[in-house]
Amino acid sequence: MSETVEKSGFKIETSALRAYTMLGALILIWLFFHWQTGGTFLSSGNLSNLMLQTSVTGILAVGMLMLIIAGQIDLSVGSVLALAGGVAAISLTNWGYGLIPSILLAIAVGVFIGLIHGILTAYGKIPAFIVTLGGLLAWRGAIKGVSRSETVAVADQTFKTFGQGNLTIASGWFLAGLAILAILFLAYRRAKSQKDYGLGEADYKGEMVKTILPIIGIVAFAYAMNSSNGIPLPVLIFVIVAIFGVFITNSTTFGRYLYAIGGNTDAARLSGINTRLNILKVYMLLGVLTGIAAIVFTARQGSATPDAGGLKELEAIAACVIGGASLMGGRGTVFGACLGALIMASLDNGMSLLNIRDFVQEIIKGSILVSAVGLDMIGRKN
Amino acid sequence: MSQSKNPILEMRSIVKEFPGVKALDGVTFDLFAGEFHSLVGENGAGKSTLMKTLSGVYPFGTYGGDIVIDDEIRQFKTIRDSEKAGVAIIFQELSLVKELTVGENIFLGKEPSKFGVINWSELYQKASKLLKDLHLPIDPRTPVGNLGIGQQQLVEIAKALSQDAKILVLDEPTAALTESEVETLFEILRELKARGVGMIYISHKLDEVFEMSDRITVLRDGKTVGTNDAKDLTKDKVISLMVGREVGDIFPQTSHEFGETALEVRHISTFDPDNPNKKLVNNVSFSVKKGEVLGISGLMGAGRSELLMSIFGAWQGKTEGEVLVGGQPVSIKSPSEAIKYGIGFVTEDRKRFGLLLEQTIVDNMSLAGLKKISGAFITHRSRETVAAREKMQSLRVKANSPLTVAGTLSGGNQQKVVLGKWLLINPKVLFLDEPTRGIDVGAKQEIYSEINKLAKEGLAIVMVSSELPEVLGLSDRVLVLHEGKLTGEFTKSEATPEKVMAAATATN
Repeated sequence: MSETVEKSGFKIETSALRAYTMLGALILIWLFFHWQTGGTFLSSGNLSNLMLQTSVTGILAVGMLMLIIAGQIDLSVGSVLALAGGVAAISLTNWGYGLIPSILLAIAVGVFIGLIHGILTAYGKIPAFIVTLGGLLAWRGAIKGVSRSETVAVADQTFKTFGQGNLTIASGWFLAGLAILAILFLAYRRAKSQKDYGLGEADYKGEMVKTILPIIGIVAFAYAMNSSNGIPLPVLIFVIVAIFGVFITNSTTFGRYLYAIGGNTDAARLSGINTRLNILKVYMLLGVLTGIAAIVFTARQGSATPDAGGLKELEAIAACVIGGASLMGGRGTVFGACLGALIMASLDNGMSLLNIRDFVQEIIKGSILVSAVGLDMIGRKN
Repeated sequence: MSQSKNPILEMRSIVKEFPGVKALDGVTFDLFAGEFHSLVGENGAGKSTLMKTLSGVYPFGTYGGDIVIDDEIRQFKTIRDSEKAGVAIIFQELSLVKELTVGENIFLGKEPSKFGVINWSELYQKASKLLKDLHLPIDPRTPVGNLGIGQQQLVEIAKALSQDAKILVLDEPTAALTESEVETLFEILRELKARGVGMIYISHKLDEVFEMSDRITVLRDGKTVGTNDAKDLTKDKVISLMVGREVGDIFPQTSHEFGETALEVRHISTFDPDNPNKKLVNNVSFSVKKGEVLGISGLMGAGRSELLMSIFGAWQGKTEGEVLVGGQPVSIKSPSEAIKYGIGFVTEDRKRFGLLLEQTIVDNMSLAGLKKISGAFITHRSRETVAAREKMQSLRVKANSPLTVAGTLSGGNQQKVVLGKWLLINPKVLFLDEPTRGIDVGAKQEIYSEINKLAKEGLAIVMVSSELPEVLGLSDRVLVLHEGKLTGEFTKSEATPEKVMAAATATN
């Protein structure tokens, strides 16, 4: 293991290094597809599409990551997504509830299921794998029952906006500007607190240099999205969820407890942490995010189908693992999980553009997942 | 024993070094067929290390000296090699698979089979014969998990005999047994002795040692102090051989001034979660004043850690008793409640119970007091870093930065990080469980002077330690536990190694 260096956003240098490696891998994948597709892949239209494809898995991956950090797992999010989305659609179309109640209902379904999973694993001591494997079957059954195995179309235009709408060009640039200001402000505050707490001189210059790359990223992102139809609303929701996830894992006591519980449950317990309550909370938090993902997904499809979201749980887990999370717990970053989701979506998108046949796509994705973790293991040993 | 016969086992000048420590320094030991030879010594004297060289856990080449069995120098690379030479070891922790049956366990890895297909009737027939020979009324088809600890121990012995063991090593076999189970075990051992099996018996219980032994060897600090016929020894003599060591002057001579009582516990009893009838701590009461260092001595398995765990609300089995903090009765059901009342606990085995090895010093040090140090909901890294850096300086933690990963530190520095974590909750009472185990002398000394400093500042300290000099050198008062019971209490001036060891082995 290497020495650590103060780095914003990342816990330790090794994880920062991993993030850069992954960023490099992503760029290579993008360049490869761009070259192979004769310039289609990195066109603004396709990038917009790619980000859209990432958003649902990305939202789920943020919640999954927090669970995985605490040493848990949830195999049922795909089924819960179908149930929450289905309930929202039925509520809107069949029961005639308004937009807000229907959205809250979807989130409530996610939270309630999280509560059940959390109680059974943390207090009932049934392994998370079993509880959520049961959930995978049971919640899928529940949506088939509620919807009588029929597709429920959504007519509400406002609801559909959450999946199909775009920000106007102007508001896109406005948000991008806001994000840049926030980054600059955070860098300034970091440098200042360094001095305020007597940890050394305020290194304003150094902190500002570190903001260059993120700012370029934001500008490029806003430019690409705005050259198409503007920033898609699902992408905005994903970005907000990701920022929320970074905040929880890096800047709250709850987030720190998750790392401690996953890293060494005994030590966490003996340090006065209520390990079971925190595990319950993280299941419920994943429930909230699954509810949000369900709304975006259903709105984008324009209808709820009982078999929606199949395999989404595995995509979310794969995104976390590609992003450097350890299924043993205690290790992983939200940033990594989001990159992982983007890598998975890029493979999907690029291979589809190249008309690679379905079965080959699946084999390639599976192989990449295993080799990403394999390479990580080798890197860790050295 | 006839002197004309050659010993079946000779261990000649065994030397085993670990980084920084000489665990065995020229130990010589021998064993005759049909002999019961006990190996005694303080915790850490080198008994288990010696047995690990014999069994191939430490393979040939990693130790110095010769192991001779049946007049032939042996070079065991694995445990399997030593088993083939007739050595069987029954470790303190049972090595049975609870889900498998008695018969499956006895023949684990050596199942009678043809082309990989197990011959079950032969297996159970053989197992049943072995059990009958030992007069054990156990059905070989019973899952081991359904047996009591005592019977499991006997299954271990049956397993050893299935390999035709000529040398049977028993490491604290009676630690988890009730008295009647111990009697059964001893009857079986006597019969094995009559059959010519040589036995090496490691135990802290001197009564048992004297009841069974032909000869007794005492180890101290990795050296053989002496091997004598049991009939030429007394318990007092053995104890003085075990402890015969000067308390060095690495302990700063200071007198502490006591304030009022900080913590009092009454009638604490703690039950074994695996064996609910067995009390690991039996009706223990004590109190500790502000500024006092209370040492708790006792041998392995005396219930010292269990006592502290129970008071701290961290014991996962049943406990009974009252706890008073600052004179007020309190109910502590979880570590977070103990922390709320100002109790800190530097647990034993820092890697298992103390540290987040993959995380930084700051992450570790701020963990127990995170909400106070950093913020109730939103954390403030800089505040934590400042607090951690301050403790790193006062405890002299040697690391490049507060962001160094805890797992990369040396043992002494890791221990200081754990200590720092608990000092950051500003405790009124501090429990220390084996605070200097496995760390080098320099770091030990630094921790000793820190303990003294903390006591001077008015902290009440309860320290469990297996190192007698440490307990005697630091404590204002020493309590001694034996099999869960309080068997002695000595003031600093009364406490001598002999008296403490006599209480620890329940010898009058």
